[in-house]
Amino acid sequence: MSSIHVKQTAITSYPKFIGRALWLATEGSFAFYAWMTVLTAVFLVGANAWANQVAGGMITTNMTDHVSWGLYIANFTFCVGLAAGGVMMVIPAYLYDDEEMHKVVIIGEAVAIAAIVMCTLSVVVDLGRPDRFWHLIPGIGKFNWPMSMLTWDVIVLNGYLLINLHVVGYLLYMRYLGRKPNGWWYLPFVFLSIFWAISIHTVTAFLYCGLGGRPFWNSALLAPRFLASAFVSGPAFIILVMRVLRVTTGYTAPASPARTLIQIIRVAMTINLLMLVSEIFTVLYTGSAHAAPLNYLFFGDHGKNGLVPWIWTAIGMNIVGTALFFTPAALERSHIRILACLLVIIGIWIEKGMGLIVPGFIPSTLHEIVEYAPSLLEWKVVAGIWGLGLIILTLSLKLIVNVFTGRMHTDEPTT
Amino acid sequence: MTNTEPNNTQQAESSANRSLPIVENFTRRAVVKGGFATLGAAAFVAAVSPLRQAAKSTTAVEFMQQHYTELSPEQKADVIARLEAETKEKYGADVTIADDRPIPGTKFVYAINLSVCNGNGKCVEACHKENNHDRSTNQSYIRVIEMPKGTMDMEKGSTTYSGIVPKDDKFYLPVQCQQCDEPPCVEVCPVKATWKEEDGIVVVDYNWCIGCRYCEAACPYHARRFNWKQPEVPSEELNPDQSYLSNRVRPVGVVEKCTYCLHRTRRGKLPACLEACPTGARVFGNILDKNSNIRWILENKRVYILKEELGTKPAFFYYFD
Repeated sequence: MSSIHVKQTAITSYPKFIGRALWLATEGSFAFYAWMTVLTAVFLVGANAWANQVAGGMITTNMTDHVSWGLYIANFTFCVGLAAGGVMMVIPAYLYDDEEMHKVVIIGEAVAIAAIVMCTLSVVVDLGRPDRFWHLIPGIGKFNWPMSMLTWDVIVLNGYLLINLHVVGYLLYMRYLGRKPNGWWYLPFVFLSIFWAISIHTVTAFLYCGLGGRPFWNSALLAPRFLASAFVSGPAFIILVMRVLRVTTGYTAPASPARTLIQIIRVAMTINLLMLVSEIFTVLYTGSAHAAPLNYLFFGDHGKNGLVPWIWTAIGMNIVGTALFFTPAALERSHIRILACLLVIIGIWIEKGMGLIVPGFIPSTLHEIVEYAPSLLEWKVVAGIWGLGLIILTLSLKLIVNVFTGRMHTDEPTT
Repeated sequence: MTNTEPNNTQQAESSANRSLPIVENFTRRAVVKGGFATLGAAAFVAAVSPLRQAAKSTTAVEFMQQHYTELSPEQKADVIARLEAETKEKYGADVTIADDRPIPGTKFVYAINLSVCNGNGKCVEACHKENNHDRSTNQSYIRVIEMPKGTMDMEKGSTTYSGIVPKDDKFYLPVQCQQCDEPPCVEVCPVKATWKEEDGIVVVDYNWCIGCRYCEAACPYHARRFNWKQPEVPSEELNPDQSYLSNRVRPVGVVEKCTYCLHRTRRGKLPACLEACPTGARVFGNILDKNSNIRWILENKRVYILKEELGTKPAFFYYFD
C-alpha cells in the first residue's frame, strides 16, 4: 500500500473510527450507566457553582488578597503531577523494550489526557475574567512569552495533551484496523512525551519557586520534589484504574507491569520523603525566613493552625502508604496494594495541593496571618472538575478495552 | 456484545441485507442515547444559566477591546466615553476619565521618614477615598505595620494595631507599591496586562487583565489587590476626577494597585496619601530633578530599602533622621 493511499483512507476512516469509538464507549451495563449518571450529576453541580462564581464575583470563594490562590490551584498542581506520572510507564516500556508494559502504557496515557483536561479547567475556574481567556492565545492575544512561567505552562500542558492524544489515537486506530503500528508514526512522540512529562511538572514547579517574595516556595528542591511525588501518584492511580478495569471488564495486564510500577513507587516515594526531611531540617535548624510558613503548616502560628490537621494527615498517609508498598503483599494483587495506592494518592493530593499552595501565602509578604479554608462553592467546583475528568477517563478506558479485546475493529478488509 | 454486531450508522443504513431486528435495536438505542444526550445538554444549559447574568454586564465591544497600548486615539476616546457612560449608569455619578501619560524627563520616587511617621493611618484613608475603593471591604493600597523598636523584621509587627498612636516602644512602617525597577509582578503576567511606564509607575490595564492573580503571588510587598466583587461606592462619594490607568472604577475580577496617584502626579499635583499625612513624613518627587527635595534626601539621609535582598530595585525608600 502506498503512503498516498494510506493517507486518503485515513482521512475518511479515522473520523469514522472516532465516531464508532464514541458510540461503543457509551454502551454498557446498568452499573456503567449509573456511574456515568453520578459523574454527570457531580459535573453539573460543579458547572452550576462555577457559573454562580462568575456571576457573583470571586467573593463567593474563601480566597482573599492574603491567600489569593486556594483549592483550585492546589488541585491544578496535583493534576499536573498525575498527568506527568501517568506517562512514566512509558520509560520502562520503551526504553527497556518491555513489551508486556504496552497494555499498561496506554492506560497511563489515558490517565494523562484526563488529568490535563482537569489541569486546564482548574486554571480556568481560577480566573477572575474567564471571558478574557482569548488574551492568552498567542497571535490574537498578548502572550508574555518567554518571561512569564504561566505562558510556558500553557504551552507545555497543551503540547502534552496533543502528544498524548496523537499516541493513544494512533495506537488504537492501528489496532482497530488490525495493522501493526508504524514506529515512525509514534515512537518519536513517545520519546518526546517522556521529556515532555518531566517538563510539565518542572515548569509548574518553576511557577512557584521562581517567586523570590514567597520563601516557602523559593526552594531549588521544589521541582525535584514535584517529580518524585508525581512518580508516586501517577503509578498508584494507574494501579487503581487497572484493578477497576479487571473487576468490571476483565481487561487484565500481566503481573509484571504492576510490579514495575510498585518498584517505581518504592523508589520515588522514598526519595520524596527524604527530600521532605531535608527541607524541614534545613529550614527549622537554621530558623531562617523560610521557617515561618513551615512552622505555620506543621505546628500553627500565633494560635492559628488551620493547616495542621491537613498536613499531619498527609504525612501519616504517606508514611503508612509507603510502608505498605514495601511489604511483599504489595507485589501481589492484594488489598494491601490497593490500600497503599489510596493512601499515597490522598496523601500527595493534600501535600502537593493545600499543603503546598496555602502556606506560600501564610504568613503573607507583610507577615500577616490570614487563614484560608475552601468554601462550599470551591469544593463543588473542584468536584465538578473531577466529575468531568472521570467521565473522560471512563470513556477512553472503555474505548481502549473495546479495541484491545477486539470488540471494536474495522469491517473494511485490511491489507 | 460481540464484534459481529454492526453499530456503525452508515453500515446499518447501507447494508440492506442485514437482519431487521439489529437495525431496530440500533435505532432504539440511538433514540435512547439521543434522548439522554439532549437531557444532559439541557441540564448543562440550566446549570450554567447564572452566566447569562454575568454576560449582561459585558458588552460585545468590551469583549473585543484591544490592549491599552494598541488602541488608536479614536478607539481610546470611544472606550473612555463608554466607561464614563457605564459609571453614570451603574453608580449614578458624572465622572471624567482622562488618559494621563508620563511627563518626559520624569522618574517618580517616594520616600517616607520613619522617624516622623506616627501610624495615624490618614494615608490609608485618603487612598481609600481618592482611588474609589470598595466601601464594604474598606480597601486601600496602603498598609501600616506597627513595629517594635529595635527590629526591621516584619514578623514582629502588626497591621491590626489600635489605640492611641504613637506608642513609645513602637515605630510605624507604611507599605504600598514600591514601583520596582525590576517588578516581579510585571514579569509573571501571562498577558502583559501590567507594565512599567517611562516615569517608573507600574500600571494595570483593567480591561485586559484576566484575573489569574499570579502578580499578587509574585509581589513581595502585598501591593496588589484583586476585585473579588464589583466595587460599591455611593455616587456622592465617588471621586469624579479619574484616569484610565489609575482610579477609575475597576471592573470585577481584575487586579489593581497603587499608581502613585498618576491622575494627580502626572498633572503636577502630589499623591493623595502625601497630602493627607499630618506629620510630613512623606516626600514625593522627580528623582531626575537635581534640585528636588527627594534627591536631597536620598543623597544625604540614611536610607533603608524594603526587602532589598530580593533584587526588585524599588523606587520607594524609607529614611531616618
